[in-house]
Parts: sequence; structure tokens; C-alpha cells
Amino acid sequence: MGILELHGLTKTFGGLTAVGDVNFNVEKDSISGLIGPNGAGKTTIFNLITGVYKVTSGKIIFDGKDITNKEPYLIAESGITRTFQNIRLFKKLTVYENVLTACHYNANYSIFDSVLRLPKFRKQEKKLTEQAAELIEIMGLESRKDLIANNLPYGLQRRLEIARALALMPKLLLLDEPAAGMNPDETEQLMKLISEIRKRFNLTILIIEHHMDLIMGICENIMVLNFGCKLAEGTPTDVQNDKSVIEAYLGVE
Amino acid sequence: MGNEYILGIFTLAGINLMTVLGLSLLTGFTGLFSFGHAGFMAIGGYATALMTLNFHWPFIPSLMVGGLAAALVSAVLGKVTLKLKGDYFCIATLGFGEAVRLILDNVQTFGGARGWPGIPHYTNFWNVLGINIVAIIILANLIHSRHGRNMIAVREEELASQIVGINVFKYKMISLVISAAYAGIAGGMMGHYMTFLQPKMFSLVKSTELTIIVIFGGLGSISGSVLGALVLTSLPEILRAFSSWRLVFYGLAVIFIMISRPEGLMGGYELTPSSMKRLYRNIVSKRSKAVHSAGGDK
Ligand SMILES: Nc1ncnc2c1ncn2[C@@H]1O[C@H](COP(=O)(O)OP(=O)(O)OP(=O)(O)O)[C@@H](O)[C@H]1O
Ligand SMILES: [Mg+2]
Repeated sequence: MGILELHGLTKTFGGLTAVGDVNFNVEKDSISGLIGPNGAGKTTIFNLITGVYKVTSGKIIFDGKDITNKEPYLIAESGITRTFQNIRLFKKLTVYENVLTACHYNANYSIFDSVLRLPKFRKQEKKLTEQAAELIEIMGLESRKDLIANNLPYGLQRRLEIARALALMPKLLLLDEPAAGMNPDETEQLMKLISEIRKRFNLTILIIEHHMDLIMGICENIMVLNFGCKLAEGTPTDVQNDKSVIEAYLGVE
Repeated sequence: MGNEYILGIFTLAGINLMTVLGLSLLTGFTGLFSFGHAGFMAIGGYATALMTLNFHWPFIPSLMVGGLAAALVSAVLGKVTLKLKGDYFCIATLGFGEAVRLILDNVQTFGGARGWPGIPHYTNFWNVLGINIVAIIILANLIHSRHGRNMIAVREEELASQIVGINVFKYKMISLVISAAYAGIAGGMMGHYMTFLQPKMFSLVKSTELTIIVIFGGLGSISGSVLGALVLTSLPEILRAFSSWRLVFYGLAVIFIMISRPEGLMGGYELTPSSMKRLYRNIVSKRSKAVHSAGGDK
């Protein structure tokens, strides 16, 4: 019984099977990895989990509930959020505004409360600003909190996207190539950060990554995907020694 | 030019401003373009006149009914069109605005195309001013809340909004309904200023003019919308002295702003006491720097 279960998950685009009959369990509080060659269907799986794409067949169970084909915002509400392979920030807003917007979840004042500036608005809004400031500090973005998101260096944009995701206080965080475009130093830092936030926020994390050091370093369980199908699954050592994985993806050393 | 005349121009500008404020929320803050807001003005205008003329309601409650009528119709329009992707909404509003005008042209109860005369002259500079101030406060408070931030997020990046749990459809809907209510109230004020209503007052040209004002003022700026409405409503009036040249001047003014400031007059910035203080400080510090460096040259 995992916190996230994929049952026979399938997605076709016309004649192309991007994801074919994938079964996978993500254990609660674990860090799991999703790897495979380009075009294997990794991002498509994230899009299916988060409701961005409609499932062709199969089921997605999260926290014991069927979330297959629910609207993305409802899936976010149930506790899953993600980052994007091709970063999707609120580009023209500041770092602080990006995070503050995503914090909206932790307030429930109505439009009426905000228009009349009622006490409920003031109290909750104060809480939101504190929460946003805290997240920005944890993610080491304090000195740039008033910068426009689009003007941040690439690595920090990825960090900001994680900060924004954390603002929802999710149970499951999906990271799509968080280290893409980072140098080894930055990748190292990111690894530390991911382990840290997992503990701090009691998160379950599923990562797609091509940096094998990162994946092998922090994941407890890894699924290898090839042409939309599961090729192998297991601990980093299992996967690294799997013949078919070496052939299809890792290559011979 | 008498006082009356100037107040008259401001009253007209204020009536336009009311619709422009709503459109500012819809277009400037939520990223949805409409070419049918004259249609909501028409609905509000006729509904308000119906209340004051036929039911003898006082002016302000009648205006509220006008706003409500426009809001209800917009909710139906939103329900069918806001789930469609992007530009379809824009096209639907265009069709909607024209449909409202054509229907009113043919409904003889309200005088059809000839119009509806004899509406009491209730609108004046002061009630327009008061209503606009309330409208601006409501708008500013809404925008500076989680609800307003969610609308801005929808404008910036729909998919990311969904992923952080924002119900994109709901916020587009709220934005549309509020903007229609504002337009409806503006329509009510217009009818009771002109003392008659005619479907052709609410043509596509009117809708386009309103959207141009929002863009001219700068998307995402309430103060820009205010300035835009004031400038672009009074300009044609002031230029009336130059009769045939006025449309040329008007066009040139719009083109000049679009070229020199493509993001609009105020584009994303607000004129608030604190922003003015900041601006003043910047100017002063630049000045003193200039003085210092000049001194250094000696
Ligand atoms: N919206 C879409 N329409 C059509 N085909 C798509 C769509 N999205 C993905 N695909 C196809 O599905 C397959 C899997 O794509 P996906 O993006 O999931 O790969 P990936 O494993 O994330 O690859 P990468 O490592 O390059 O990010 C590809 O062949 C891709 O072209
Ligand atoms: Mg991918």
C-alpha cells in the first residue's frame, strides 16, 4: 500500500503509446525516482498524475482515494503538486508574489472579507505573508525576494518553483528534472535541499532526473521506463546492476 | 467653457470609467479580452430604467438591479464560454454584444431601434464620483487579496495556477461577473444622464473603445485605467473645437502611447501615496547626485 499507486496506467496520443500499462507504488515518506531515456514517457506520467492529461486507461490512487481524471486544481487540493521540466513560474511577478500566491490555500477568507477588509482577512493575510517569507528563507531566496521571477538565474528559478510548490503544504511532491541545467556544485546543493525539505515538511517525493548521481544518491526506490513501459524497479543497486537497464539506458561503463 | 460643461465631461468620463474599472479587472488582471461589454452596459441601462420608470424605485437601488441583471447574464455567458480555450471567449463576447443590441433593436416594449425617451435625469457629477470611488476601493481591496492574486496568477500562467490549486474557471467567472456588474451600473448611470436609451449607443464600437481605454491606461493598473478613461473621454470633447480634426488627434494620441509605451500609460504600476513618495525620493536623490558630481568636477 503506497501513498500513490498507479494501476495499469496507459496513455496514448493517436497511435503512439506514450505510457503503456504501468504499475507502480510510491511508499509514504520515501524519495522515489523515475528514470529512462528521452521520450520514455516520464513527464507524461506526471501529467497524468496531476490531471493535466486525461488517462486513456488505468487508475491512479492517492492516499486511498481514486483521483483518476480529476481536475488539476482538485488534485492539488488533495495534496499533490509538482514542478515542470520547462519551468512555469508566474514570470512577471516577484519571487515573493510567486510564493505568496501559492500560499492561498492556507486561508479561507471570502471575497466579501477582502472587499470590506474584515478582521478575518487581516488575520489570515498576515499568516500568509509570514508563511511566504518563511518559505523564501528556507529556500535561500531571501536576498532576491523582490526580483521579478523571470530575471532570476536558471538554477534559482528551479528553486523558486519548488518553493512555490511547498507553499501548498503537499503530501506528495513531483519534481520533473529539478537539476536540469545545473552544474555539479548546484546539483549537490539541490540534493541536500531535497533531503532537507523532505524531513522538514514530511513529504513523499517522486523525482524524474537524468543526473544519475542525484538519483542514485537520494532515492530509495527507482522505476525505469523505456518506450512507455516499465523496464525495471528496485533499489539503486538493483537498478544499476539490471542487465536490461544497462542496455537500454545506463550504458556499459 | 462653463463649469457645467466641464462637470459634464467629467460625468461622462466617470460613466465610462465605471465600465473600464470592471474591464480592467477582467482584462488587466485576469487576462481575458472582451469585445462585448457595451452589451452588459445595455442590459444594465435598460434594467435600471425599467426600475425607475415602471416600478418607481429610487435611483441607487435601481442601479444595483441594473448591475445584478448584467451580472446574471454574464454568469450564463461565462458558464458556456469560459471553459473554451483562450480566444473563443473573446469571439463569444463580440457575438454576445451584437446580439444584445439586435434584440433591443427589435423589442418594441423599450422603443426598439428608435430608443426609449423620458428617462429621469438622476445622474450627476457627484453621484458618479461617489459610485466610482466605492468601485475603486472595492477593486483595489479585491486585487490585494488572495482572490486578486489568484486572478493575476491565471493571467500569468494558467497551467501553473491549476497546479497550485487555483480553480481557474471559478476565478475567470468571478472576474467576468464583477466586470459585468460594473458595466451594468455604468449603463444605468448613462441612461439616467442622457435621459434616453438607444440600442446603437451600445455598439461594437463602444465595446472596442472601452477595451482600448484599458489597454491605453496600461494592463494591470487601476490608476492607469482611471487616467485612461479621463484622458480618452475628455480628449474628443475638448478637441470638439477642432471638429473634423478631432478624430485624427485622438488616433494620434492613442498611437503615440502605444508606440512610446507599449505596456500602456501606467503598465502594471499604480499611483499610490507610497509610490509617489518613492518617485519623489528617486528624483530628489538623482538631483542631489547630479549636484554632487557637478561639484566634483570643479
Ligand atoms: N501532448 C502530446 N501530444 C502528443 N504526443 C505527446 C504529447 N506529450 C508527450 N507526447 C509524446 O509522448 C512520448 C513521451 O513523452 P514524455 O515527455 O513523457 O517523455 P519524457 O520521458 O519526459 O522525455 P524527456 O526525458 O525528454 O523529458 C514522446 O514520444 C512524446 O513525443
Ligand atoms: Mg520529460
